[in-house]
Order: sequence, then C-alpha cells, then structure tokens
Amino acid sequence: MNLARLGAGFSSPVLDSQRTFRGALEALSRPGRVVTAGGPAEVPRNVAESACALALALLDQDTTLWLSPLLAPVGGYLRFHTGCRLVSQEAEADFALLDSAELPSLDLFRCGSDEYPDRSATVIVQVPTLEAGSGLRLSGPGIRGSVRVAIGGLHEAFFLYWGRNRALFPRGIDVFFACGPLLCGLPRTTRIEV
Amino acid sequence: MRDVNYNFGYLDERTKRMIRRAILKAVAIPGYQVPFGSREMPLPYGWGTGGIQVTASVIGPNDVLKVIDQGADDTVNAVNIRRFFQRTTGVTTTQRTADATLIQTRHRIPETPLTERQTIIYQVPVPEPLQRLEPRELETRRMHALAEYGLMHVKLYEDIARYGHVAATYDYPVMVNGRYLMAPSPIPKFDNPKMSMNPALQLFGAGREKRIYAVPPYTKVESLAFDDHPFEVQRWTAACALCGSRSSFLDEIVTDDRGGRMFVCSDTDYCGSRQSGKEEAA
Amino acid sequence: MYVAVKGGERAIQNSYELIAEARRGDPAHAELTLDQIKQQMRLAVDRVMTEGSVYDADLAALALKQAAGDIAEAVFLLRAFRATLPRFGYTEPLDTSRMRLWRRVSATFKDLPGGQILGPTYDYTQRLLDFSLSEPASSAVAAESGDGKAEPVPGVLSLIEQEGLIEPQEPAAGDPDPTDLTREPLRFPAARPVRLQNLARGDEGFLLAMGYSTQRGYSHTHPFAGEIRFGVLEVEIVPEELGFAVPIGEIALTECQMVNQFAGSAIEPPKFTRGYGLAFGHCERKAMAMALVDRALRAGELGESAEAPAQKQEFVLSHSDSLEASGFVQHLKLPHYVDFQSELELVRKMRARR
Repeated sequence: MNLARLGAGFSSPVLDSQRTFRGALEALSRPGRVVTAGGPAEVPRNVAESACALALALLDQDTTLWLSPLLAPVGGYLRFHTGCRLVSQEAEADFALLDSAELPSLDLFRCGSDEYPDRSATVIVQVPTLEAGSGLRLSGPGIRGSVRVAIGGLHEAFFLYWGRNRALFPRGIDVFFACGPLLCGLPRTTRIEV
Repeated sequence: MRDVNYNFGYLDERTKRMIRRAILKAVAIPGYQVPFGSREMPLPYGWGTGGIQVTASVIGPNDVLKVIDQGADDTVNAVNIRRFFQRTTGVTTTQRTADATLIQTRHRIPETPLTERQTIIYQVPVPEPLQRLEPRELETRRMHALAEYGLMHVKLYEDIARYGHVAATYDYPVMVNGRYLMAPSPIPKFDNPKMSMNPALQLFGAGREKRIYAVPPYTKVESLAFDDHPFEVQRWTAACALCGSRSSFLDEIVTDDRGGRMFVCSDTDYCGSRQSGKEEAA
Repeated sequence: MYVAVKGGERAIQNSYELIAEARRGDPAHAELTLDQIKQQMRLAVDRVMTEGSVYDADLAALALKQAAGDIAEAVFLLRAFRATLPRFGYTEPLDTSRMRLWRRVSATFKDLPGGQILGPTYDYTQRLLDFSLSEPASSAVAAESGDGKAEPVPGVLSLIEQEGLIEPQEPAAGDPDPTDLTREPLRFPAARPVRLQNLARGDEGFLLAMGYSTQRGYSHTHPFAGEIRFGVLEVEIVPEELGFAVPIGEIALTECQMVNQFAGSAIEPPKFTRGYGLAFGHCERKAMAMALVDRALRAGELGESAEAPAQKQEFVLSHSDSLEASGFVQHLKLPHYVDFQSELELVRKMRARR
C-alpha cells in the first residue's frame, strides 16, 4: 500500500471529528436544513468532501462499511484512516456510501428489529446538487411545519423506497445526502412530498 | 484552562464515536432508548454520568456551557460537573440560559424559552418509564416494540380511581411523536409542556442504565392523560419572594423552626435576571 | 434572611482538603507506601484488581491508598482509570491447566493426580486475634516452598469428563468472539460468556449473598467444590504483524470449578454440570460464589425452573456491579428538592381533599 498516495485524513482528528459530528447532528435533527461539514484537506477522487468527513468522523474498528462500485476505490483510504471493516453484502453494513447515479436497492440494507430499531444502516448518498428553499417538501420531527429542499439525482424508485422505509417505523434506515462540503439529513421519520 | 493531560472532553475518541453514533440513532427514532457502551466516568453512576458522556461527545471548543441541578447553577453537583468540563475542554461556561449553546441539566428545564441554537442534555437516572411497573427489560423492550403501553394506562387509571388524580408529580411519563413512551427524567411535571415542539434539540443520557435517547426539535411530546382527567401542572398561590414571578416553578424554603415558609424560583438564572431587571427599571 | 445553597465551588474545594487530611491521618505516623500495600494487603489489592477489571497491582494499591482502604471506592477509581485506555489487542485464551500452582484443592476426590496443595490459606487457621502482629516482627518466617508447582496439572473435572459423567465444556458453535461488556451494554437474554464477564466484575459481597441463597433452598444446585486452584499463568498475544503468540507477562489467578448434580431431563441423561468462577489474584470466596451463581443462572438452558432470585439473569446481572449500585444508592445524597417540592404539594393536595 502506498501511504503517500492514500491522502491525508483530518488534520486535527479530535476537533475535526467533533465539528463534523455536530454538522451531522444538526442535519439529522433538522431535516431539510443544509449544513456545511468540511472534510479533510485532500479528499480522494469521486468522494464528496462532506461524505468523506462523515465517514472519518463516525467509522472505526467497531463499524462495517459498504461501498457502491463507483466508490469502491475509496475503500483503502477509509480502511486505513478509520480501521472500519469493509463488507460486500449490503445487509452486513452499519454504514453505506454510494452515489445517487447508482442507487442500489435500498431494501437490502439492515433496518433493525422492532426491539432494536437502532441496529440499522446509515446510508450516505452523494448527490449532484443540494439546495435549501425549494424542491421537495419535508415534514416530521425536527421540522417546524414543513421545509423545502432540492436534492438532485433522486429518481422515482427512491421515493417509492422511502415510503416503504417510513412505513416500517420504528425500523428503517437513515440517510445523509452529501454534495461537496454540504450535508442534509433524512431520518426515517421524515415525510417527503415530491 | 484546559488540562492537556486529558483528551478534549475527557473521553477517548473511540468512545466518543460510539456515543455519537448512538446519539444519531436516538435522534432518528424519537423517544426510543438506544443502548450504548456507557463507560465508567470519574463521577459516580447516578450523579450525571450519562449526561456527562453525551455532553463530552457533543461539546466543541466554540460551545458555551451551562450546567444546572434542580434549576440552580451553584449547587455542588452542578459546580462539580461544570468544573469537570472547564478542566477537560476549556470551553466558556455561563449561568445565563440565553448565552448557552449547551445546557446540561438535572431535574429542570430552564424557565427562559430555549432556541434553535441550543441543545439541552438531561441527566437521566431511570430511562425506562415502565421499570417501576415491570422491572424485566426483556418485557419492557417487547412492550416498546409493540407500542403496547396498557400497563402504564392502567397504573394512571388506578391512581385516578384511588386519589382522584394521577399521583405522579415528577418524571411524569410522556408520549413522543405519538409512538414511544418516554421518561422525561425527574423534571417536575410543571416542565413537561416545555418539551413539546421545543426549538432546541433535547438529548437524554442514562449512564448507569446505558441508554441514550432524544427528542428532536419541533417534535410533539404529550403527557399521558385521559379525556376526563386532562394533564395539569403544579400551581402556586404564592409568588416568588425574590423576583415576584407567578409563572415559574417555586421551591419552598423553610425559614425558621416555627413553620415559617417562603417560596422562591428554582431557576436561579431566571430569578436573578428578573431581579436585576427590576433594579434597572427602578 | 434568605440563605440559598450558594458557594458550591468553595465547599467542594474545602472538602478536597478535608478528605486529603483525613486520608493521611496523623502525620506523626509514617505514610503508607504502595509497596507496603501490595505486599501486606495483597488480598485487598487482588479484589480491587478483580472487580476493577485491570491486572495491575501498583494501580490497585494506589487506588486503595487514595480510597483510604474503601474497596468499593478503590474499584471505582481503577475502573474510571481504565475506561478510556486504548485497546491494543486481545490476549489468547488462557489454559488454566498450565498454571504454575501455589494452591490446589478438590473436595470431590481424596487424592488425585497432581495432589492436593494447601498453599497459603486461612482455611485451617484458628481465628484468634494474633496479638504478636500488633508489634512489628523482628524477622520474617521462612515457609517451605512458595515457588509453585512448575509442571502442568490437569483439572480435576477432566477425570470425570473421560467417563462422560459431566457435561463437556465446548465453545459455542463457530466459537464466536465474546461480547466485551466493557465496550457494549448488557443485553438480555445474556449468553454465558457475557454472564461470566459480568460476574467476574461483580461485587464480591453481592455474589456471596446470591451464591449463599442457592444453598438455602432458593434454587438447589447440589454443588461440590470440584477444584479450586490458585497460581500463575503466562498471558500471550498474537501481534498481527508476527502471526504467532508471544508472552507478554504473567498473572495470578484463582479458578473454581463447581460440580453440580443434574437429575437429567426428557432429552438428557443424569449427569454432572458445571459452574465456573475466575478471579485475578487470590480471591477464593469470590471465585466460589461466582461459580455457584453461574450454575444457578444456567437453569434456563438446562430446562430447570427458574424461580429463585439467583436464577434470574436480569435480577442478578443488573445488580451485581458495585459501581452502579453504590453510585445510584448514594446519589440519594444529591439535592432532590425540586422533586420533593412536587411531592410535598401532592401530599398536601391529597390531604386537603380528605
């Protein structure tokens, strides 16, 4: 493994992880709000800065990660910096990183049990655009009334899946959308109107 | 000043990541108690170790921290926890509710309304609202899974049949987002209505019982009640003897051994700012 | 006239100074050294290491000194210290038949391969206060052989195992890595490896009472002390870059194998079953109590009824930890005046209605 080619992780792991986590916490607590979660100085190719930051902040030896084919090349980098275990089956993943261009069947990810709905996957989806203020109408916990956010790259299949995911509550997956340094959270409780 | 012998926020990074992952799940499943690998802290279990672990995993150098116990900033346990974070993070601390970005609390919600830029972290002794009715976790977990809360309704109904009202005055059970029965921690039921649709994020940490849970902002929190016995909060005939407030939670102070009593705000910051406001106006 | 509970900061500072003074006692007397504690209070050190889940006699001695001899407080100090230490790796499983024995007794066989070794024990002392100890002794007493038996001595239970009279001791299917209770919360139902971890960290007094209750009719498990051994054993790890085991040191351990009668069930013939106890250092009472409780907690898997407290895993495992118990009991010292105010108001209201 060529370490120089891997690229650096967070320059200040303790404080950068904290900052990224707070961004993620705000995003998931207030769905539809687009927050900034800056990543490391040099981000591997094809990966959104915020997605990379989220992975560096939340993954370690205790977590498993599934990467979509497009993002598979980043596996070495994340494995090196976080110690996470890479898995090839969606059902084994605590976290998943994928691009909206290749949205797989999200039904394959783990959605927990009624007794332990927290034993579910967190899915990070890279999207081409992310902008608050117009587009999809979101409502649910964390949102005062409703809020609008435009998320690029999502197709009909995703919205159908999301309806099924919501119906599973309290089971279900949670999603972060990542675009450049921006992040937007979609917990399993959020209702989407197209 | 931060003590550089300890990691920022005391906890090691791997522990923080574990807790952060649990917090995110808690936010995604409002009112559900996420089990987490609670660590032994340098303070005893039952003294706020859950709240401390949550705060330690959330806090950053730009935060302004307020710590209260029973509504007061200067009770010994609040002082001790504040000192712990001053020592391990070096962050600015405050007693003013409005200036804080993080508020760690035991048994109260401040009287000053919270805002979107704030997170309140509750110390929780017993996270399971059903524990006193059913001590077996396997059973209570099944009840939560099925949203089968008959046991609690029966208990409240029996209270009403026996006393004419629900005999719970603190840690009064609530329903979060219409799905999970949740212990609000031992806040007086006076504070329960503040939890609902609150602009702030509310996080709950139970260290000894190893659970984290959350109420996201703008989430419905209902205190359990019956149509013919609606939920009511405590009311006082007296006003605060120091600031004159008639809308805050009052503590009773025994002033002598002949039955003398006075009532003062439990929220010392609220009371203090009302008093200084009066002085300025005068 | 109104005096609030102010000045918390100063009160805390004062209490720090007072506790330091109380711990030190009269400065006319020499201060305790950690070596004195390690050498002369070894059983306290061993108990603190066991319940504190750290094998480090120096730290345990320090904790005991800091806690002024309060075992539960010392356990707390050690646990809080270890909680955020990084993990470098996991040791290989220990084979206790390879122990260098200082003591080994069996109540089930009169004589056996390897013999009975009484070793250091209070068991057959007459519990008469020895007033000669109240003054420093002029010279140390040299006992015969303190070095331990070097050659491996197989466990007693392997003798009856050969006959098929006792349940075999096999790892679970696939030999999964055990849950690490110091990293993950207890979940129910808890498998035996998790239960044993919990009991190993559990408060000795609690386990003793629980174990005792099984002897008084609250779950009858017909125990025999198959074997109790105390000795030292090498600990090994397999570094990833080496790929083979290397020793990293030695630890002293106490192990108890309890043999229990089992009447058999519809699918199983009568046989003996096991209860297991293990502790750091020399902690026989703890290891034996643990073995009794371990066996009682296996009621479910052996198809026995589970009515007694010691057979109920939620009851036992949720209350065994001295940190959790001590913290929560003592948190009643914290102010509760907001809750109490609410109750006061309720009681007044209820009395007014009468």
